[in-house]
Amino acid sequence: MNTVSSNQARVQNERRRLRLRCVLALARKEGHQIFRDPSSLVIAFILPIVLLFLFGWGISLDLGSIPIGVVVESPSRDTERLLDSLRGSHYFAVHEGRHRQEIESLLVGGRIRGLVVISQQATKNLAQGSAPVQVLVAGSEANTAELITGYVETVLQKDRQHRAEETGRTSASVPINVEARVWYNPNLDSRAGILPGSIAVIMTLIGTILTSLVVAREWERGTMEALLASSITRSEFLLGKFLPYFILGLSAMMLVAMVSVIVFHIPFRGSWWLLLLVSAIYLTVALGLGLLISTATRNQFVATQAALIAGYLPSFILSGLVFEINSMPLPIRVLTHFLPPRYFVSALRTLFLAGNVWEIVLKDAAILTVFAAILWTLTIRKTRLTLE
Amino acid sequence: MLDRIRRLVIKEFLAIFRDPASRVVVVVPPLVQLLVFSFAATLEVRNAGLGIYNEDGGLLGRELTARFEAVPMTFSRVVLCTTYADVKEALDTQQVLAVVHIPQDFTRSLHAGFPTTVQVLLDGRQSNAAMVAQGYIARIIRDFSTLATTDRRTALRPGSQAVSVTRVWFNENLYPLWSSVPALLGILTNLVALLVTSLSVARERELGTFDQLLVSPLRPGEILIGKAIPAFVVAYLEGGLMVFAVVVLFGIPFRGSLALLAVAMFIFLLAIVGIGLWISSLAATQQQALLGSFTYMVPAVLLSGFATPVENIHPAIRWLSDIDPLRYMVAITRMVFLENPTPDVVAPYVWPLFPIAAFTLVSAAWLFRHRVE
Repeated sequence: MNTVSSNQARVQNERRRLRLRCVLALARKEGHQIFRDPSSLVIAFILPIVLLFLFGWGISLDLGSIPIGVVVESPSRDTERLLDSLRGSHYFAVHEGRHRQEIESLLVGGRIRGLVVISQQATKNLAQGSAPVQVLVAGSEANTAELITGYVETVLQKDRQHRAEETGRTSASVPINVEARVWYNPNLDSRAGILPGSIAVIMTLIGTILTSLVVAREWERGTMEALLASSITRSEFLLGKFLPYFILGLSAMMLVAMVSVIVFHIPFRGSWWLLLLVSAIYLTVALGLGLLISTATRNQFVATQAALIAGYLPSFILSGLVFEINSMPLPIRVLTHFLPPRYFVSALRTLFLAGNVWEIVLKDAAILTVFAAILWTLTIRKTRLTLE
Repeated sequence: MLDRIRRLVIKEFLAIFRDPASRVVVVVPPLVQLLVFSFAATLEVRNAGLGIYNEDGGLLGRELTARFEAVPMTFSRVVLCTTYADVKEALDTQQVLAVVHIPQDFTRSLHAGFPTTVQVLLDGRQSNAAMVAQGYIARIIRDFSTLATTDRRTALRPGSQAVSVTRVWFNENLYPLWSSVPALLGILTNLVALLVTSLSVARERELGTFDQLLVSPLRPGEILIGKAIPAFVVAYLEGGLMVFAVVVLFGIPFRGSLALLAVAMFIFLLAIVGIGLWISSLAATQQQALLGSFTYMVPAVLLSGFATPVENIHPAIRWLSDIDPLRYMVAITRMVFLENPTPDVVAPYVWPLFPIAAFTLVSAAWLFRHRVE
C-alpha cells in the first residue's frame, strides 16, 4: 500500500520534473532563435532606445519658435512694449509687418501659423485704456491654433500684470491676478508628461512585435507539427514561448526607464519595485496579445498586420499619451477603457512624476491583471495542439 | 515582358485577397481607424474635473465659483475642496485636472479696490491638458474681473491693457476633427501601402517560393514592378475611398483641387512603395520585415506634424522630418482640404516628394537586384 502510493508520488514527481524540463527546453530553443536572428535583439534593445529619443525630441507641445506674424499699423510706445514681449517670449519667431494684407497671405500653407494685428484704432485705444488685439490663427492645424491662442493670451496676461505692478493699484482695472502653479512638473515641460507615457507605447510595440510571429512562424514553417508529436501541453507550450520574451521585454523596459531618468532628466518619484511589478503585469498583457494574434491567425502576414494595427496607433492615439481621453466623444471614451495601454500610461506617469499614489497605481495594476487573465485564457483556448 | 508582369500582378492580388483574413486586415481596419482616431486626436480640454478651494466666504468668491460651474462642456465635474488635504487628494488621484484656489480676502480686497491673486494648481502629469486648461481658467477669471470692476463703477483710470480677440481662418470653429481627419488620411494610406509591400518578398523568401520566381522567365526588375503595382493600386483606391468617406461622413469641406490631391497622393504612394520594397529586399524573414515597417512607421508618424507642430521638433532630429514623406503629405492634405492653396504655396510641399520617391524606388531596385544575385 505504502509502496504503491510512494511509487505514484515518485512517478508524479518525475512527470512534473519532465514538464519543467519540457518548458525550459522550449524556452531555450526560443532563446536560441532570438540570438540567431539578430532582429529580435534589435527589437528588444535598440528599437526602444531609438523610440525613446524620437518621443523625447520629436514630440513636444511646448511651442518653440513657431512662426507668427505681427502687424502694427501705427506704432506707439504701448505697441512697442507689446511687440517686445511677443518677441521676447521664446514661443514665437516673429515676422513683423505694417500692412495686414502682405502678411495675411502667409497664413495659407503654414508659412506663419498665426497673426497678431494691432490696428490703428487699437493703438489709439491702448493709449486711453484697454484695446482689443486681434489674433488670427490658421485652423487647419487645430491643435497648434489652440496652443498659439493660449500662448498669446499668456504673453498679454503677463504684460497686463507687469503693467499693473508698474502703475500701482490706482490703475489696476484687472485686480485679479492669476498665479499658476504646476504640481509634479513645475516647468510644465511637456516632455516630462510625454516621455513616461511613451514608455507604454514602446513596450506595447516591442511586446507585440516580439511575440506576434512566434506561433504563426511555427505553423507556417511546418515545425509546429514536430511539436505536436511531442507530449507538450498547451500551457507548457505557451509558457515556453512566453518566458524568453518576458525576460527580454522586462530588461528592455528597465533600460528605457533608466535612460529617461539619466539622459532626459525625468524625475522618478515612485518606487522602482512598484514600477517593476506594474511593468511585469503590462508585459504579460502585451506579450499575451501578441501570442493571441499569433495563435489565432497562424499566418505571419495577417499576424503582422494585426500587430501593426492593434499595436502602434491605438497605443499612441487612444492611450491619453498626447490626446486627453476626457476630451474624446463618449463612444471613444468607452472604447479606451478596453485598451490596456491607457492604464499603463496612467501608472507610469504617476510613478514617475507624482510618486506612489496607491489609488491610481494599484487600480491600474488590478485592471491590467484582469486584462492579462482574459488574454491568456483566450490564448490558451485558441491554442490547438492538433492538426486539422 | 508586359504580359509576364501582368501575370505576376494577378498572382499578387490573389495572394492578398484570396485569404479572407488578409482581405479583411487590408481593407477594414484603415476605415475603422479613420473613424475612431479622427475623433480622438484633439488637444481641446473637455469633460475635465476642476477643483475649487474657496477660502473666501464672500459674495464674489461664490460668484467666481458659479462661473466655473457654468462651463460644463469644459469642466463637467466641479469638486469643492474645503481643506488643503482635499486639494492634494483630488490632484493626486487625478479626480481633477486643476484646482482654483480663491484666497480668504478675495471679496474684501476687491471691494476695497486692492488687487488680489487667485492661485491655479495644475496637474503637470497631463502637461498638455494642464496648459490648455490654464488658458481657459485665466480667460474665465479675466472676464469675471472686468465685470467685477465695471460693476463697482469706481473711477479707476485703467492702464493700457491689451486684450486678445481671436479669429480663426480655414476652420472657423476650430473643430479638431477638421485637421485630424485629413492628416490621418495620409497616415492610413501610408500604412496600407507599406504593409502590402514590405512583407511580399520576405514571405516568398521564407516559404521558399522566391527561388521559384527567380528561375521563372521573370527578370528581377519585373518581379519588383509586379510586387509594387498591387500594393500601389490597393493603397491608392483605399485612399480615394477614404477621401470620399471623409467628405460624406464627416462633412469636412473640400476646398482645394482634387486633381492636386490625386497627383500628390500618387507620388507619395510611389515613395512609400519604394520604402516598402526597400524593407522587403533587406528582410530575410517576415519578422525582420515587420521590424522594418515599424522602424519607418513610428518616426514617420511622430515627425509628421500630425500630433504636434513640426517646428517643435528638436533640432537634432529636424532633418529626419525633412526627409519624411508623410510630413509633406500631411501638410498637403490639410491644405487641400481646408485652405484652397495656390500652386506656388503647395509646390514646396509637393516637390520634395519627387526626390524622395525617386531615391526610394531606384535604391530599392538596386538593392533588390543586388540581394538577388
